Amino acid sequence: MIRLIALRELKNLFLSPLAWAILAVTQIILCYQFLSQLETYMQVQEKLSVLEKSPGITDLVIAPLLGGAAIVLLIIVPLLTMRLISEEQKNQTLSLLFSAPISMTEIILGKYLGILGFLIILVAMIALMPLSLILGTAIDLGQLFSALLGLTLVVASFAAAGLYMSTLTKQPAIAAISSFGLLLFLWIINWAGSSVEAELATNQNGENVLTWFSLLNHFEPMLKGIFSSADIAYYLLFICLFLVFAIRRLERLRLPH
Amino acid sequence: MDSEVLIEVNQLSRHYRSSKRGNKHSGSRDGYSIAVDNISFTLQRGEVLGFLGPNGAGKSTTMQMLTGNLAPTHGSIKIAGMDLMDNPIEAKAKIGYLPDTPALYKELSVDEYLIYCAQLNRISKGAIKSAVNMAKERCSLTEHGRRVINNLSKGYQQRVGIAQAIIHSPDIVILDEPSVGLDPIQMIEIRKLIKELGESHSVMISSHILPEIQTICNNVQIINQGKLVLNASIEQLTQHMQTQKLQISCTQPVDIQKITALAGISEVKQDSNHIILICTLPTPANKEHERENAIITIAQQVIELANQQQWGLYEIYSEKQSLEAVFMSLTVNDPLLKQGLNID
Repeated sequence: MIRLIALRELKNLFLSPLAWAILAVTQIILCYQFLSQLETYMQVQEKLSVLEKSPGITDLVIAPLLGGAAIVLLIIVPLLTMRLISEEQKNQTLSLLFSAPISMTEIILGKYLGILGFLIILVAMIALMPLSLILGTAIDLGQLFSALLGLTLVVASFAAAGLYMSTLTKQPAIAAISSFGLLLFLWIINWAGSSVEAELATNQNGENVLTWFSLLNHFEPMLKGIFSSADIAYYLLFICLFLVFAIRRLERLRLPH
Repeated sequence: MDSEVLIEVNQLSRHYRSSKRGNKHSGSRDGYSIAVDNISFTLQRGEVLGFLGPNGAGKSTTMQMLTGNLAPTHGSIKIAGMDLMDNPIEAKAKIGYLPDTPALYKELSVDEYLIYCAQLNRISKGAIKSAVNMAKERCSLTEHGRRVINNLSKGYQQRVGIAQAIIHSPDIVILDEPSVGLDPIQMIEIRKLIKELGESHSVMISSHILPEIQTICNNVQIINQGKLVLNASIEQLTQHMQTQKLQISCTQPVDIQKITALAGISEVKQDSNHIILICTLPTPANKEHERENAIITIAQQVIELANQQQWGLYEIYSEKQSLEAVFMSLTVNDPLLKQGLNID
């Protein structure tokens, strides 16, 4: 059942021009970033090679590219998730799922996996750019995969939060703007943590609570190739939390209000 | 007749938070309005139940509760012996539902949509094709399988909605105003389809169209302001409708006893300017033609008598006593409107 709803959702995405437009726009913007960074790298490469522990192409091109991709997707994922539940509420098609012999959990997981499938396609297409460098030079594959895994987890978290926001309102536009707001807030929440005063209040590990909550904070180490199970756990918890919220919310839709 | 109970509704209520001004149409209780108030009924296999009521009476709310789209505030619903709250998945598998706005994914083609619905209802892979074909055939959609739903006319979209409701051959089919947007020929086809469904399944339909209910249902429920005001079989209703009123007006005083002596007239009422004769008709109400003949015979007798006695008869009027009149008398609450409609 979950697979069925997920596949339907994925097919529906490709029936609308939105999915194609999103794939194209993301690709163009990131491609431009990729090429310009590659060019900068070519210019400074000779000077860098003199240094003893010089950063390689993976550090200077791939990591910033995937970091940039996360920002672009921060804007784009809410546009994809906005219609998941709210459009069905608006068009009153939710009753088809509600009166079918399936549980709320199956509906939410199906919708989520459908959108996740699309996002994995998107990440795979972004990954083609760094992978194309293999043709010309050696890259740090371990770091690349760590960064790609990080990007996938970040995007999967965006989708979970966006799905929950979509259950809250009948207006897809409101779902989009509120999930964008939520994600951006969680992205920059560590700004408060990086002020001088806050730094004094940090614990021994050099981290304060707000920094720990930041989506960005757990992504940066992975871009550098540092693979920590705590970071993975953070994203998985984040996803589960919002999915549970979404299921609860869907159940509440049937109650008197 | 085997009487397997498929739906058992017990003291079902649903409240909703009312606006601050208070709701005129539904009874207000502590800031809550009542959409459905303590309804109990049962639906048996082979029964076609008509659900009547004015706008906002709670028809759709009741149907949404029966299909698990809304949770009741109080009360219980049992579908084929299973509680809808405790075993929602098993219970929902037995129901096919057409909401008042058909739940259609308009960007899909009819075939894609129906296949998806069949899969959602857990029809096994091998049986999907035949289920889809059966549903399309029954709703005369066979030639439209490849068309995108959005491009279909409203009537055809309605048919797709009905096809969706019957695709898994559910024991219970719940149709919320199935004939909205259909042309008269389609309506006749849909009525035929509902009658067919009623033979093997139970059907519950809501409608504003009274003759429709009269022709296809064997039981009628009338709901008004959230309360069930009538629960009767069509036979009981027709008994109710065996009487018909004749209204006459004369210029001269009338000897009532002479009219009462005429055959077929059971009661005579007189008010300021006209006389109402209540006639008992020997034939059942569903035989429209025979009824008509019987009332003509009585009317002719009355006219003859009035001529003989020189009462100066200037008006005679036969009032239709139909399901409509029963419906109106039960659901119209405004006394002024009642007077205008001549209901007692």
